[in-house]
Amino acid sequence: MSGARARPWLKIVSVLIGLFLTVPTLIVVPMSFSASDTFTFPPRQWSMKWYESLFTAPQWTDAILNSLEVGLITATLATVLGTAAAIGLARLGERVRGLVTGFLLSPIIIPNILIALVIFSAFLRAGLTGSLLGIALAHTALALPYVVIAVTARLQGMDPALQTAASSLGARPFSVFRKVTLPLALPGVLSGAVLAFVISFDEVVIALFLQSPTAVTLPVLMFNSVTVQIDPTISAASSLTVLVVSVPILLAQVIGARRGNKERQR
Amino acid sequence: MTADAITSEQATRPPRQNRPDRRRVLSPAGRKRAAGLLLLLPALIALTMFFVLPLVSIVVDSVTDPEPGLSNYAQLFTDGYTLRVLGRTLVVALVVTAAGVLLAYPYTYMMTLAGPTTRAVMVTVVLVPFWTSMLARNFAWMVLMQDGGVVQGALGLVGLGGTRLLGTTFAVTVSMTQVLLPFMVLPMYSVMQQIDRRLLLAGQSLGASRLSSFRKVYFPLSLPGVVAGASLVFVLALGFYVTPALLGSPQNALIAQVISVRTRELLDFGGGGAMGVFMLIVTLAVLAASRRLTGLGSAARVGQMGAGQAVAGQAVAGRNER
Repeated sequence: MSGARARPWLKIVSVLIGLFLTVPTLIVVPMSFSASDTFTFPPRQWSMKWYESLFTAPQWTDAILNSLEVGLITATLATVLGTAAAIGLARLGERVRGLVTGFLLSPIIIPNILIALVIFSAFLRAGLTGSLLGIALAHTALALPYVVIAVTARLQGMDPALQTAASSLGARPFSVFRKVTLPLALPGVLSGAVLAFVISFDEVVIALFLQSPTAVTLPVLMFNSVTVQIDPTISAASSLTVLVVSVPILLAQVIGARRGNKERQR
Repeated sequence: MTADAITSEQATRPPRQNRPDRRRVLSPAGRKRAAGLLLLLPALIALTMFFVLPLVSIVVDSVTDPEPGLSNYAQLFTDGYTLRVLGRTLVVALVVTAAGVLLAYPYTYMMTLAGPTTRAVMVTVVLVPFWTSMLARNFAWMVLMQDGGVVQGALGLVGLGGTRLLGTTFAVTVSMTQVLLPFMVLPMYSVMQQIDRRLLLAGQSLGASRLSSFRKVYFPLSLPGVVAGASLVFVLALGFYVTPALLGSPQNALIAQVISVRTRELLDFGGGGAMGVFMLIVTLAVLAASRRLTGLGSAARVGQMGAGQAVAGQAVAGRNER
């Protein structure tokens, strides 16, 4: 390559750090096939009973459905609000844009425990605690900045003359949006929606504060199953989430690297 | 330029018949801005309702509940307990940050040297924990650190058998370092990948040794990434709840646990709110300092961090368009 060779010690250190990043998490996979009622690692006997429990025990299936519901509401709200906001931002003057962007992105830098605290106290007064909608609304505030970032990144790569051209050819503002802006911004909008869903699906602190017996999300049930009442089903839930996340990322990275290799060969 | 030209040309055209007249009051640029504000309005209202107003009301609570004045804040520093918790939290956050820098730096540097395939693997190794459920990762550490667990067994081999890990600050620190490491690597990588490696060769050709050209050329150039990653991890570590709640114990609680107990269980929004506000001030101070140090706007840095997230998002959506 450009004359830069990694020294052997650097390679070894990197491999060790890579193992530190991955291996501790991967132990949840063998754990989930354990037959034991305690968290013994490595397991001595194997079974599928925790997967069976994950997909048949009503508390777990309810939690999965609740999380999907909250995630979908969050993704919808955050994507609609965030996309409109990103398109709006692009139309502002530079100074105002900086201020408004700072405000829109502020939930990223605030610790989740603080967001949980302020939303809990406000929702307690408004009677919104213990409802899935309340959790979804709080998650929307949390996910909004990520949608704004994803869509803005996409819009920045876009030629503004395209929109001007469309309107100078007589298109109304809404059809400019529908036929020019939106299709071009779509990859950003989609990745924003995925981000918003994942952020909501994995969020535990706010959901813990706002939970009620009828509004328990999957992360909250996982948290409770090691703190309140030991339930080894958490190992099946954990390994499922690890696999659901790892496989697509791994595939996308490998495909991306292959494509990169091919382009270089040409 | 061209856009402006077209817009002004458009402005000189006669207005269309069906357009209401009042629109002509605004210049085209002004109209564009007004439309922009209108599009922003829903998001601004939502954020104000679900974030800003609650935050303001907590700040108000912290100085009025149970009685007007700064008694909640005075208590933070005088009840002895809170100050110990704050001190412990700061130490843990600092150790996690320092350990994170030491681990992330060589790894990220290796990422910039590796070939495309190796680099793809290394990026995946960072992204997978970044996206994996927080609970799953902390649960894994619980299993490893428990009595009779793997880590205790390994310590037994070096003559430290029977050391209790679960419930200690040590277990919390190790796990938090691992859980937060991706947040260190991603901002570092976005800076390091832009450094021109020919500068190193230039340094060496001018007579510097490999080590000193790294120390005097590469390292200073990589510092903005280090500061960005370190301040992000420090701030996240300050407010971390899940790891200390699962791997720590009430006897050595961190501030997030105390906030949770005060508000969720005791409904003491004045006291809990004061702690929260204090934490917010420390967070903002750290971010402002890091912004000073790197000379980057916080929005730009958040944008970088967001870029990491967006890359990951595209990876998940399977649309890796490079």
